[in-house]
Amino acid sequence: MIRINCPFCGERDHSEFTYGGDASIVYPALDASEEEWHDAVYLRENIRGMQSETWHHVSGCRMWLVVQRDTVTHEIRSVRAAHEDYAKLFSDPAEEQS
Amino acid sequence: MSAKRIAEGGRIDRSSMLQFQWDGRSMSGHPGDTLASALLASNEKVLARSFKYHRPRGIMSCGVEESGAIVTVGEGARRDPNVKATMQELYDGLVASGQNAWPNVRQDIGSVNSLISRFLSAGFYYKTFMGLPPFETGKGTGIWMWYEKFIRKAAGMGTASREPDPDQYEHGHLFCDLLVVGGGPAGMSAALAAAEYGLEVILVEQDRELGGDLLGQQGSDVETRRSELVGALENAGVKIMTRTTAFGLYDYGTAGLLENVTDHLAKPNEFLPRHRFWTLRAAQTILATGGLERHIAFDNNDRPGVMNASAGRTYLNRYGVLAGEQVIVATNNDSAYRCALDLSSAGAEVTLLDARAKVPPRLLEMIGDQGISLMTNSAPLSAKGLNSITSLEVAGSAASGWRSKGQEDCDLLLVSGGWSPVVNLMSHRGVRPVWNAENACFVTNDIHEGIRMSGSAMGVWHTSDCEDSGTAAGEAAAKALGASTGSGRSVTASPPIGGWEMPIKPLYEVKIENRSSKALVDPQHDVTTEDIRLAHREGFVSVEHLKRYTTLGMSTDGGKMGNIIGLALMAEAMGCEIPDVGTTTFRPPYTPVSIGALRGRSVDEHFRPLRRTPMHDWNLANGATMTMAGLWHRPWYFAREGETITEAYIRETETTRKTVGLCDVTSLGKIAVQGPDATEFLNRIYTNPFAKLPIGKARYGIMLRDDGFVMDDGTTWRLSETDYFMTTTTAHAGKVMAWLEELLQTRWSDLRVHVTTVSEQWAGSAVAGPQSRAVLEACVTDPSVMSDDAFPFMGVRETTLKDDIPCRIARISFSGEMAYEVYVPSDYAPAMMDMLHQEATAVEGCLYGLEALGALRIEKGHVTGAELDGRVTIEDAGLGKMASANKSYIGSALRKRPEMVRDDRPQLVGIFPKNKSEKFNAGTILCKKEEVSGLGEGWITGVTHSPALGHWIGIGFIKGGYKAWENQQAVGADPVRSNQVEVEIVSPHMYDPTGERMYG
Ligand SMILES: [Zn+2]
Repeated sequence: MIRINCPFCGERDHSEFTYGGDASIVYPALDASEEEWHDAVYLRENIRGMQSETWHHVSGCRMWLVVQRDTVTHEIRSVRAAHEDYAKLFSDPAEEQS
Repeated sequence: MSAKRIAEGGRIDRSSMLQFQWDGRSMSGHPGDTLASALLASNEKVLARSFKYHRPRGIMSCGVEESGAIVTVGEGARRDPNVKATMQELYDGLVASGQNAWPNVRQDIGSVNSLISRFLSAGFYYKTFMGLPPFETGKGTGIWMWYEKFIRKAAGMGTASREPDPDQYEHGHLFCDLLVVGGGPAGMSAALAAAEYGLEVILVEQDRELGGDLLGQQGSDVETRRSELVGALENAGVKIMTRTTAFGLYDYGTAGLLENVTDHLAKPNEFLPRHRFWTLRAAQTILATGGLERHIAFDNNDRPGVMNASAGRTYLNRYGVLAGEQVIVATNNDSAYRCALDLSSAGAEVTLLDARAKVPPRLLEMIGDQGISLMTNSAPLSAKGLNSITSLEVAGSAASGWRSKGQEDCDLLLVSGGWSPVVNLMSHRGVRPVWNAENACFVTNDIHEGIRMSGSAMGVWHTSDCEDSGTAAGEAAAKALGASTGSGRSVTASPPIGGWEMPIKPLYEVKIENRSSKALVDPQHDVTTEDIRLAHREGFVSVEHLKRYTTLGMSTDGGKMGNIIGLALMAEAMGCEIPDVGTTTFRPPYTPVSIGALRGRSVDEHFRPLRRTPMHDWNLANGATMTMAGLWHRPWYFAREGETITEAYIRETETTRKTVGLCDVTSLGKIAVQGPDATEFLNRIYTNPFAKLPIGKARYGIMLRDDGFVMDDGTTWRLSETDYFMTTTTAHAGKVMAWLEELLQTRWSDLRVHVTTVSEQWAGSAVAGPQSRAVLEACVTDPSVMSDDAFPFMGVRETTLKDDIPCRIARISFSGEMAYEVYVPSDYAPAMMDMLHQEATAVEGCLYGLEALGALRIEKGHVTGAELDGRVTIEDAGLGKMASANKSYIGSALRKRPEMVRDDRPQLVGIFPKNKSEKFNAGTILCKKEEVSGLGEGWITGVTHSPALGHWIGIGFIKGGYKAWENQQAVGADPVRSNQVEVEIVSPHMYDPTGERMYG
């Protein structure tokens, strides 16, 4: 029963979203080596604490979001648009979820 | 001995009688009764048989912790097993019966189990039937599975109705500033205090009315205070929800509530739901959930006539039922004295056993001249009598432990082993309760996520202290939300935990060394003190393991009765203190939640969303029989008079190959891919080249996942320099859309591409067969656009149908025939179908459904979602030539990993029966002829009768592909349906392999 403060739609129940994955992964270039791709696709930290993850507001604005969430308490520290240009549209205070 | 209704008093309406049936016998009670109080008033003693040993059981409590009077309520489709008689409100015409007994709870054949009880100790089932590790398939486990049904039958709880649930259930959402759980003195005070600060407050109470412990107390001043509080709450605008249980607490102040709407009504309004399942979100929460009185383990402590002390008092004061005439009250703390006094005043002969050496002077004074005989240093040792208690062997404290000091006659034994604050909901939030040694109970009094405890739930015992504790919590919640102290009230501090004049004497078990006893810890699951000790001897040290091994705390009361005693016994066996043993974590639900409430309205056709195409009604009007394809309703077949489904789809398939067929393909996913970088984007996500796709052409494409497995396939049409129309499979439409959005927003934000789902905007029909061009020529405004030169294979045209209906047509084929897909804006769907159908009929064409669509594509070896199940590489699907060697794309790096390019991976094949008159089923396992076992060598994903080939054919996967099986014999094994067919493994392109018909 997490609630996510979507920068585009406001605070919504997590049932409107789908979980994406680890937002800290930088996917390699398409022509990068098999090893680089292997690491990006399969290697994950199992974080106890604050984690950066992607969520898709699939039943809302369809935007992908980067959410800082504590895996122990579900506390959400921040939510921003994953797309850099959209993220820039919002001033800093709006990024922080109270 | 007898329990009886006393002449006056109680919160029942004596002016009115309610008739009910108990085990086929007619009985009566009053409005305000529970089933338990009415049965008690009728002096019914044995109401149930225990789970394992079939021991007789009576009423043990007056609340949710009930572990004795577990009964079946209702008849027919409304038969509800395992109902706590203490929680079932009485209504006129209620039908209830005992369960887990034959022929009835009073004479029960199964009670012979108690004679062999030493064989049924902890872990007995595991040890005997499950075989020893490793559980060999088909051996130990198989034996267990064979015995299990008999054991379950012998042990079993009640049985639910096999009929569909006739009742309706609702889901709802609630929001408030403050949720207060529990309507006793603390909860009412908390809600009132917060409401006076202007908070929007919801107060939930599982009982039918507010009051909590006040309902079980005696005296007119008690009722005066209760009504004062209720009135004040109503005036303050608090939303009061009775018969509503907060069964779980979740993240972000979310609570799950179960509201019982009609279970207490004789004739509910048919438009009312039976239960409402509320999701409530509160900024602050106060738990005023009270405490539960603990039992003590001693020999036969589960005999009918043994109940907790507060229950004895509540039955008297709330229901006007004196549960016995000759009463022993056994306690180790102050709380039971008031109970002894009340029962004595009502005319019972009362003996008080106090395990403590000394009694507080004020309590002595209170019971002073009432004729209550008090025995200190005394405790219950063994209850005598079979179907109800007749006497109690009393233990006196000895130099070490206990000694027997004779028998006392009694017909009711009321026990108070101390109180356990109800910390369950806080436990749901991951808060571990801490042991308070002074009060011998677990408490959680910390503030956590805006959740506060108050009253007995935090270990505050006295009624007036509970009120203050509630007020303090209510004010604190208001201040946490920023409310000012404008009420003029000075902010209260909660009284400290405790409040008894003399400390409790921790007492969990009374026994004499080397004397055998049957002392129940968890009566509902027949877990005894010996079971706990046995588990310890066998090496179980973790509480969580102990719980699972003995099933302690796993019955429907969720450990409310037995957990603390179990922990105490474990601590004793391990030679440590209770907090060192740990505590088990309580999980939702606090009390059982009906399956109906969980599903709410999501049942039958509302079980999941339904999607209809814009030509749904048109299809129905033209004879379609519909079927489900994912969420979609799609035409399955169009039977003519007298035709079976098989006859219909074979005719549709034949007609399509011979002349022309029309099929609703609207459910395919459709995505507009637009923008200056759209071409680059498509080139990255598809395995085959898209960079040079000309405007006015379509291309079949395959997309992989990052890990190199196939995600989806479909055609993408180039409409202009910057505008593409992508189609996906019906099954993966949503997934592909989310994937494209993810790529554009999280990885490639530099690409100037916009994706929009247009699946609902365009209605589509396949026009397939040799006459397809003729049909379309007759339908388009300008027939010349349809000529082979103007409109070659894989061509795309944006044009108009007659009557200026805008349309998009691509010459693509799923059927293997010369074929087109035609899309029009959704509102034009019926008009398009009318036009196409008229022209198709003119050339003796037909409509076809999913079944024929499947036949056509299986004949051609075209894959769908059944084949692209996420485990398939592009080579496995026989589409390796679609993977470009000259570019990189999503999945290109990882698809070349050694395991993914092995020659012996299962690959797409066609399957023929050796004997052409035989058939097989989808799901059949393909095996070597001489080796029909295990997972086999492959599997069949789709089966059809092929009119073109004249026999049954299949599509599927087998190790190495069809070339590896040229000289090998294979069988299709279908062990579930006991079918075995010799098969021939062939190329998946079973019909027209060179595609002449498609290009023609
Ligand atoms: Zn949104």
